[in-house]
Amino acid sequence: MAILVDQNTRLLVTGITGREGLFHTQQMIAYGTNVVGGVTPGKGGEWVEGKPVFDTVKECRESTGANAAIIYVPARFAPDSIYECIDAGMELIVCITEGIPIADMMKVREHLDLSESRLIGPNCPGLLTPGQAKVGIMPGYIATPGNVGVVSKSGTLTYEVVNALTQRGIGQSTCVGIGGDPINGTDFIDVLQLFEDDPQTDKVVLIGEIGGDDEIKAAAFIRDHMTKPVVAFIAGKAAPEGRTMGHAGALIEGGRGTYKEKVEALLAANIKVAQHPEQIPDLL
Amino acid sequence: MNLHEYQSKNLFAQFGIPTPKGKVVTSPQEAYDVAKELGGTVVVKAQVLTGGRGKAGGVKLARNPDEAAEKAEAILGMTIKGLIVHKVLIDPAADIRQELYLSVTNDRAARKPLMMGSAEGGMDIEQVNRETPEKIVREHIDPFLGLRDYQARNIASGIRLPREHWKQFTDIARNLFRCFQECDATLAEINPLVITGAGTMLALDGKMTIDDNALFRHPDLAEMRDLQAEPPEETRARAAGLNYIKLDGDIGCMVNGAGLAMTTMDITKDVAARMGINGSGPANFLDIGGGAQADKVAAALRIILSDPKVKAVLLNIFGGITRCDEVAKGILQARNEVKMDVPMVIRLAGTNAAEGRAIIDGANLPNLQSATTLVDAAEKAVLAARAAKEAKH
Repeated sequence: MAILVDQNTRLLVTGITGREGLFHTQQMIAYGTNVVGGVTPGKGGEWVEGKPVFDTVKECRESTGANAAIIYVPARFAPDSIYECIDAGMELIVCITEGIPIADMMKVREHLDLSESRLIGPNCPGLLTPGQAKVGIMPGYIATPGNVGVVSKSGTLTYEVVNALTQRGIGQSTCVGIGGDPINGTDFIDVLQLFEDDPQTDKVVLIGEIGGDDEIKAAAFIRDHMTKPVVAFIAGKAAPEGRTMGHAGALIEGGRGTYKEKVEALLAANIKVAQHPEQIPDLL
Repeated sequence: MNLHEYQSKNLFAQFGIPTPKGKVVTSPQEAYDVAKELGGTVVVKAQVLTGGRGKAGGVKLARNPDEAAEKAEAILGMTIKGLIVHKVLIDPAADIRQELYLSVTNDRAARKPLMMGSAEGGMDIEQVNRETPEKIVREHIDPFLGLRDYQARNIASGIRLPREHWKQFTDIARNLFRCFQECDATLAEINPLVITGAGTMLALDGKMTIDDNALFRHPDLAEMRDLQAEPPEETRARAAGLNYIKLDGDIGCMVNGAGLAMTTMDITKDVAARMGINGSGPANFLDIGGGAQADKVAAALRIILSDPKVKAVLLNIFGGITRCDEVAKGILQARNEVKMDVPMVIRLAGTNAAEGRAIIDGANLPNLQSATTLVDAAEKAVLAARAAKEAKH
């Protein structure tokens, strides 16, 4: 089992001929992900790493039977790529791209909500189901199969946690990076529900950060709808107000979205909150 | 990116929103000239990127050109909340009958732009929202459809605006949303929007924030960035493609990834507090991105070390696809390129972490230590900074 990606994932890569796209395609194939093809407009008919390249997502999907897409194209082209994947009927779309304007993401999200597609990201490291599939840029060898689900807004902070879990002999069901943008396709609650329903997952680690109120909504969801224990960590305790801390969404505005209010909401919902990421394995 | 009042009002005017016919100046003489040209009483307003200018004495009335020059002289060079006033706006004084509030921002939770109107103009809207939220009328805007006229009327009606102003109010609301959307703003605020004695509306004060991620399609707006309003380290970091925010501690932090960079700051601050060392803590937020190549590390080191408060550097890198042994070699190469006498603590975690640490330790450099855990790294950095400070005394 596990969630969202597994050995049945048939992945197409948009931006497969670009520097990032090519590098991570090689990494994903090396991990064992079933990459079935790629898309770069104007390069249809070429081959990359033994995989066929198409001009459009629609052609690639029809020829390869791809059921998931990953997007590695630059921010100014990424919204178009997401629309293309939605309109081609991709079940799962993962957008790694950082720096998409928020106005573009609001429109993408409106369009997405009218479709059957699920979008993970943007501005995220993607997904990893240890031993089965890696869809994104997470370093595969730090993870090991197990029963802990990980959901996070961050990249390297997630790797820290996954690495610490693996070193303590605690494996993961699926690691999901939902991204650090203010508007994304999938939020904490969506992933928590998937973990709650997943027989392989017994416990969940949630890694949030300052900005917005997703963690507060997640706390209420965990309290009301989850039977599986959740351990949380929130980054940004020392962050000043009014500054965007790297992630476009990590911003305290008008005194809201602070570390304090998120941790209080989590604690009030009886969720264990780690003081620092290295404590997470102990709290599990 | 925040815009000054005068820049925001210039944009409003370009979108057909009535604004005072003022000008921004940098000297008392220019203030005199503009006041003379405008005639009558003027307002001299400090242009700084913070609120509370009035309370700080940065906004003054002047009845004639001599007074305008005098007030400009007093305000220019003034420091308001740590920001030096380099420019003042000279606006004709308005005959104010009523003050309103109107803004567009993004509602993250609703994932839509949100227009807010209130009859409580001139106040801090956050305060109104806390104390009397019922006095704010809200309309969510469909990003594809834009603001509909009926939504502007909903606000006009909701804030009990007299009907004779509805047409002008609707025009202003529609134009404010256009300005917001076409400039890729995350905030466009008119506060106050006034009704003058003559019965027309005027955007007396304004504020805009532009989405940094959208600046690539607005080169004209990108040029409006006020480099005098930010620490020089931040300007240099942006030019080097690094994400850097200056803070007030003594430990320069260099980390790959935004979440891990925040966490490193948090732990450093906690550790300094736990050890009871006053004033110690993170000197900055800095995300050097994945890979931590030698040239990026060197550029980041130069920026961190240009802050004279920095007494130690904490480098925290998670090596994933780029292995820690490769990262360690890059760091040593960067350290060779950059002259530094500040102690450095390096924590490498992830793939080949032990091999990476062996390379750092094997270099046997003075002022360089490796660390294993995040807490260990923070403790070593805090102690190193304290030792460096004591050695100076």
